[in-house]
Amino acid sequence: MEAVLAVVVGIFFAAAIYLILSKYIVRILLGVAILGNAVNLLLFTSGRLTREVPPIIAEGIDALPAGAANPLPQALILTAIVISFSFFAFLLVLTYRAYQDLKTDNTDDMRIAEPIKDPLPPLGY
Amino acid sequence: MNTLIFRTVAPFLTGLMILFSIFVLLRGHNEPGGGFIGGLIAASALAIYGIACGVSVVRRALRVHPLAISGCGLFLACLAGFVSLPAAVPFMTGLWIYPHIFGLEVPLATVMLFDIGVYLVVVGSITSIALALEEKEND
Amino acid sequence: MSANVTDLTFLALSLPFLGAVLAPFLTRLLGSNAAWVLALFPAASFLHFLGFLPEVAAGEALTGGFAWVPSYNVSFSWLIDGLSLTFALLITGIGLLIVLYSGGYLKGHPQQGRFLCFILLFMGSMLGLVMSDSFLMLFVFWELTSITSFLLIGFDHESEAARRAALQALVVTGGGGLFLLAGLLLIWNVADVTQLSLLLNLDDPLRGSPFYIAMLVLVLGGAFTKSAQFPFHFWLPNAMEAPTPVSAYLHSATMVKAGVYLLMRLNPVMGETPAWETVLPVFGGLTLVIGTLLAIRQTDLKLMLAYTTVASLGLLVMLTGFGSEHAVEAAVLYLVAHSLFKGALFMVAGLIDHESGTRDVTRLGGLRGAMPITFAAALASALSMGGLPPFFGFLAKEEIYYALAHGDLRSILFTLVAVFGNALMFGAAFVVALKPFVGPAVATPKHAHEGPVLLWLGPVVLAVLGLLSALFSTLSHHYISSPMASAVKGSPTVVDMSVVPHIGLPLGLSVLTILAGIAVYLTIDSGRAAMARVLQALGPGPDAGFDGFIAGLVRLSHRLTTIVQSGRLEAYLTLTFIGVAAVLLVTPMLYGEFPKAPSWPSGIHFHEWTFLAIGVIGVLAVIWAKDRLTAIVSLGVQGFAVAMIFLLFGAPDLSFTQFMVETLSVVILTLVMTRLRLSPTDHRGLGQKLIDATIAIACGLGFGLFLMRTTEVPFDDALTLFFNAYSKVIAHGANVVNVIIVDFRGVDTLGEIAVVMVTGLAILALIRIRVGGERRPAENDPDAPEGNRS
Repeated sequence: MEAVLAVVVGIFFAAAIYLILSKYIVRILLGVAILGNAVNLLLFTSGRLTREVPPIIAEGIDALPAGAANPLPQALILTAIVISFSFFAFLLVLTYRAYQDLKTDNTDDMRIAEPIKDPLPPLGY
Repeated sequence: MNTLIFRTVAPFLTGLMILFSIFVLLRGHNEPGGGFIGGLIAASALAIYGIACGVSVVRRALRVHPLAISGCGLFLACLAGFVSLPAAVPFMTGLWIYPHIFGLEVPLATVMLFDIGVYLVVVGSITSIALALEEKEND
Repeated sequence: MSANVTDLTFLALSLPFLGAVLAPFLTRLLGSNAAWVLALFPAASFLHFLGFLPEVAAGEALTGGFAWVPSYNVSFSWLIDGLSLTFALLITGIGLLIVLYSGGYLKGHPQQGRFLCFILLFMGSMLGLVMSDSFLMLFVFWELTSITSFLLIGFDHESEAARRAALQALVVTGGGGLFLLAGLLLIWNVADVTQLSLLLNLDDPLRGSPFYIAMLVLVLGGAFTKSAQFPFHFWLPNAMEAPTPVSAYLHSATMVKAGVYLLMRLNPVMGETPAWETVLPVFGGLTLVIGTLLAIRQTDLKLMLAYTTVASLGLLVMLTGFGSEHAVEAAVLYLVAHSLFKGALFMVAGLIDHESGTRDVTRLGGLRGAMPITFAAALASALSMGGLPPFFGFLAKEEIYYALAHGDLRSILFTLVAVFGNALMFGAAFVVALKPFVGPAVATPKHAHEGPVLLWLGPVVLAVLGLLSALFSTLSHHYISSPMASAVKGSPTVVDMSVVPHIGLPLGLSVLTILAGIAVYLTIDSGRAAMARVLQALGPGPDAGFDGFIAGLVRLSHRLTTIVQSGRLEAYLTLTFIGVAAVLLVTPMLYGEFPKAPSWPSGIHFHEWTFLAIGVIGVLAVIWAKDRLTAIVSLGVQGFAVAMIFLLFGAPDLSFTQFMVETLSVVILTLVMTRLRLSPTDHRGLGQKLIDATIAIACGLGFGLFLMRTTEVPFDDALTLFFNAYSKVIAHGANVVNVIIVDFRGVDTLGEIAVVMVTGLAILALIRIRVGGERRPAENDPDAPEGNRS
């Protein structure tokens, strides 16, 4: 089971990275969204898979019996999902604003921070 | 998105979803649910409301800026951590009390306060993002 | 050392720093009179260290301190022996006078408080340097003196020359400090001790080591830069840009002697080898000759003194490395004498500058009537510098010739160097101390008269000390010179030079020096012109080289930056992911950790296959999407597939969260994407596509194999078991995931929700700002309160 998930995770990663390597910022954005899912799945699978039994302690017993899903990666991923969503939204707005102000979605043309003809810094003291 | 049906249904749908989100939040400690999920449900409810009836209506309904809700949530979460201070236990140790209200034992905990803080932060931030983006649609 | 003394010594070491903190406030409160109060800090330290004299004179070396980083055997500890005690007394004693002098010199200066603060900071650093027992502490204080001297030299930061001099001093001495660090680490490794006191007690720990030459080069790199030895001498004269109290303190009495201190400190364990006894005298002698020649050439009083300081430091290095008992004694005597007379002369130069308005020796003359006290102090100091009895400088000079004048070729050579250097220094001393005062009165920019007591107190006290220490030489030798010489030599040594001259070769050489010096004094103008011609012929020196070095460094880093940071995001990302792929694929290759080939999976339900397939198809559809809607929908599809996978494998919480997030993502994507262009085709060429695809597939393969390998090894479920067992018992929650989030790992979650909120704020800010700084008008402001909106 884990091996199949490993293949799926590999495909997710490959697709995400292929998109991120594009020059076009919208594709990069899509890639980042997929990358988040890929990482979450990676974490989830490395915590081992258990079918259908959620980590919830039933009424009347004190500890989670064996055979339930591993709660630890779930706790990690839960916050990761929300945070990656906030960052996705941030990137989305950043992309949008960059497109609006720079009139381009090609990262090669976004040269405000690193201008092509960067002048020599002052040589005096 | 300005269909009449959607606009009529949206306020009720939003109200229901927010009610449901609070239910999910409160049952989170023992059943699936919790602050993050509850917060996301409430945020989606407000986003739907915004799409249906316009952002200004949502903002008027909320009365405060969504990020103020978020800030309030962060404050509550921190407060939940500092309750441990007078009890002389390490920061953010969970503390429980069991008061009887109308003869019913109600378990209250700093953990719950903390979860409510999480809920408010998520609602506030995500609603703020969603509303800000929806507004772009109209300008 | 008893606990009480330990605490007091720590206090004595901290006092200058305390004073530095208080200096700005006190100056604001009391004006220049604050100097009197601030002088109490070094005074208290001075008195404390004075109390150690009897013990140290009895041959004891005291150590004390606290553990600092015990696991690395690093301590905050000090070593008080003849060498460090003499230095400590010079630093606090002269420092006391300098603080008072600064009070007078910078009277009414708006930044006087800052200046006093820097001076005291420097004093604390220097004191720490010489008292340090642990290597690390030595290095830290060493670099602290570089930094504080940077602040002091650049005190007049509105002048470009001062900024340049400050940077130069920092680069040269700070860079040398790095050499020292490397050297100390090497010594630490070879000798396996971290404390000087332990190192000195070892039986010849370093000389036999194969790393001896490396250690020597590194230590000398630190010492030569700090003590301005040729070819690093150029920073010291430039540092004369600093206010005169700084020159008098740092560049005569203390900081520049740190290099000499280091050499003297390590002499017992590193000295007396052929390398040591060749390199040190040669560089020292060279520095002596060059320094004196350059000194003659100057007309500025401070610059003359600066070059003679360079020369004196050369002489000290030469003597330290010469390798006989008398040479060590001579070095010790000369070091003390030099600190006294050079500090005084610098203060005199500053005093003349302060009162007459110029430091140019050709524009000064006849001040003896106007400034009699200054004249007396200057003359006494110059006599000491020239090596005339009955001053302490005379003892030093006699001892120098006594040490050098022997029959062999090496001795004759260095004797000649010493006579030559001393004669020129004699001349320079009297040019500084006599020329401005004698002859007909010359009109100066300011009407000269005697300065206030704060200004002449320092030179007078130092000059008197130079006289007394020579007259009562038995006492000064017993308490100062002999213990210090013993520490430098590493074995008990007794200094017995007295002010009564012995008839012999040394005296003859002294007379010769004095005669030659008088000749130099009388012909100073023609000598100056001759030196100027020679220097012109020689072309630019290392000082101009420094400018070239800095400019070259800036150009190089600029060029490197343009290469490394091409400004193309694509290039950065490509390199990053090649790195990721390499780490993921090469590492298991090296360690043979590839997973075993998995067998065809069995027991997977049909619906599970379905959702996995939907996820993969969704992801691939995003890549091949030709328009926005397809891309958004495909993205949603893969997200919901992931949510279903979570649900199928016992994670309802995750599943719900993922559903909500994907819904919201699709909503906001739709909202924004209507405004964005998605090019129907990926504008990459086929070649580019192949390269990118290869990198992406390599990364994907790497992650897949990594995950497979991870799941093959047995699962360590210690943490999981802990949470499972205690979730209900101690945290009263049945939903273990939620309990972990809000209770067990609550602080993490607190940080995470803070991040969520900050992104919310950042997005709001991004939407509101406009490029070019203009803000949209208030009525269109989407986030203004509703009541304000039309």
